[in-house]
Amino acid sequence: MAHFDENAKPFSNKWLDERIGLNTLMRVLNTEYWIPKNINFLWAMGMVLAATFGILLVSGIFLLMYYKPDANLAFDSINYTIMSEVGYGWLWRHIHGVGASIVFLIIYIHMFTGIYYGSYKRGRELIWLSGMGLFVAFSAEAFSGYMLPWGQMSYWAGMVITELFAGGSLEAVGLVEWIRGDYVPGDAYLTRFFMLHVLLIPLVIIGLIVLHFGTLRLPHVNNQEGEEIDYEEAAKLYKEGNVKESKVIPFSPVFLSKDLFVMGVYFILFFYLVFYHFDFAMDPVNFDPADGLKTPAHIYPEWYFLWSYEILRPFSKDIGLIAFAFAQVVFFLLPFMDRSPNVAPAHKRGLFQIWFWVLLVDMIILTAMGKLPPTDPTFAFVGLVSAVLFLLMWPILIIITKFEKKIEKGA
Amino acid sequence: MQENEKGRRDFMGMALGACAAVGGVGALYAAKRSWDPLPSVAAAGFTEIDVSGAQPNVLNVEKWRGKPIFVLKKTEDMEKDERDVIVGKDRFLIAIGLCTHLGCIPAYKDGEHKFKCACHGGEFDASGHQIFGPPPSPLVIPPFKVNGTKLVLGEEGPEYKKMKDAGLIA
Repeated sequence: MAHFDENAKPFSNKWLDERIGLNTLMRVLNTEYWIPKNINFLWAMGMVLAATFGILLVSGIFLLMYYKPDANLAFDSINYTIMSEVGYGWLWRHIHGVGASIVFLIIYIHMFTGIYYGSYKRGRELIWLSGMGLFVAFSAEAFSGYMLPWGQMSYWAGMVITELFAGGSLEAVGLVEWIRGDYVPGDAYLTRFFMLHVLLIPLVIIGLIVLHFGTLRLPHVNNQEGEEIDYEEAAKLYKEGNVKESKVIPFSPVFLSKDLFVMGVYFILFFYLVFYHFDFAMDPVNFDPADGLKTPAHIYPEWYFLWSYEILRPFSKDIGLIAFAFAQVVFFLLPFMDRSPNVAPAHKRGLFQIWFWVLLVDMIILTAMGKLPPTDPTFAFVGLVSAVLFLLMWPILIIITKFEKKIEKGA
Repeated sequence: MQENEKGRRDFMGMALGACAAVGGVGALYAAKRSWDPLPSVAAAGFTEIDVSGAQPNVLNVEKWRGKPIFVLKKTEDMEKDERDVIVGKDRFLIAIGLCTHLGCIPAYKDGEHKFKCACHGGEFDASGHQIFGPPPSPLVIPPFKVNGTKLVLGEEGPEYKKMKDAGLIA
């Protein structure tokens, strides 16, 4: 039996510490969770993402109060009830729509920061894998949410994406109908994606966020030079008061205050978009109610899925599907495909630096091509070349990192 | 721990595991069945369409099981095809109006006698054969039965069965 001080005031620090180990908790998660000093604003993207997820959750709760998951009622419950009757309903909707789009921008920045600085390597593989799990869960969350307004793009995106599960020539029509609960997207389809969007996938996301933080605690975050820091020594210096000489700062309150600064800048941009440019996240085609007998002239996904859509599009059906499936999983394999022993920023890794920028530019080109209608032969060709290049980048990565020279310590 | 004690605990562990496994499989089956299309949806019945008033080279789009059905009466000078559905003296294209690539609805260009899909650029001729782009197969012919000047969709008539045996329906 542990000792409980009978004089401790209820809910005082001591009282709580004796009951839930408050001080240990604070030490492990905040005051003695050491963050290197040698980082830049890109290291704030994790907390920016956490805050954006929080904002999506809060705005989603308010939307949930008036949204009706019914194929006959859904469209009006958003476009009429929430937009013109509910007080400030438009605010929640625009926050939710803008947030869903911007969260992917930050996810991509977060991912490419990790790739640039080699933050997926030796000891940090699980951070990368849980992060990729989050990327997949966020993609599923975005797709299921996109179904809910039940407009033309909801319906037809739902049709095209669920059709992918037929596996091309495998013609697994039964599986597609099972996923939809109908021959075509209908009421059963809408209600099950509603369930996924508001409960199951958010639960998975929250679990993965906890895991992602957990995988970070022992390896610590990487730093700008990929330096292996002796955390015990650095922490000792810091605690002795040699704050200036120490290479680290505590997560809270010191690093968090820097995070909050970056978040402040970010939220100025975020709310500028919410109030003045929300239309970029609101496809005009989706303001027509779903109609199973009328395909929109040009079906395209939201911008964050365009690069992988463009990998599907230029090939014949089966090859396109295989290429698409490959593109979905290949980033998971990054820690095992990069054979180099160096944990260092790309600009110190020779050919890897070129590889990094080619990959980034290629994905931006794929994104631009994915938005264009399939009719222009020049752009279709550019799309094909970029898609083939994307697929080739991965074997190239294995080869160039295998021959990468080991960077000597202190160099 | 004594030998007999260990055996007893192993047995209890295995018995618990077996019960949990049976329950788990049962729950998975129930979950799978809950995702199945409802009987009312699956039984979405038969659709009867009257083609006696159809105009040549004008596409009619009917609805069957939530899918668009193309009904196109061919003109005299349009090429004959094994997939033509003959009602009285007229030849028809009867097909599910979804592109066999990824399920968009192609639009009919009556001047060119072609279906063009806006999603990925696929094209089909007036008999539903793919002639350009990513579609891997012709437009699918739904189960049909000719009944005078009417067509019953969802029921397999002799003409449909003959096409199916010849491998022409898709």
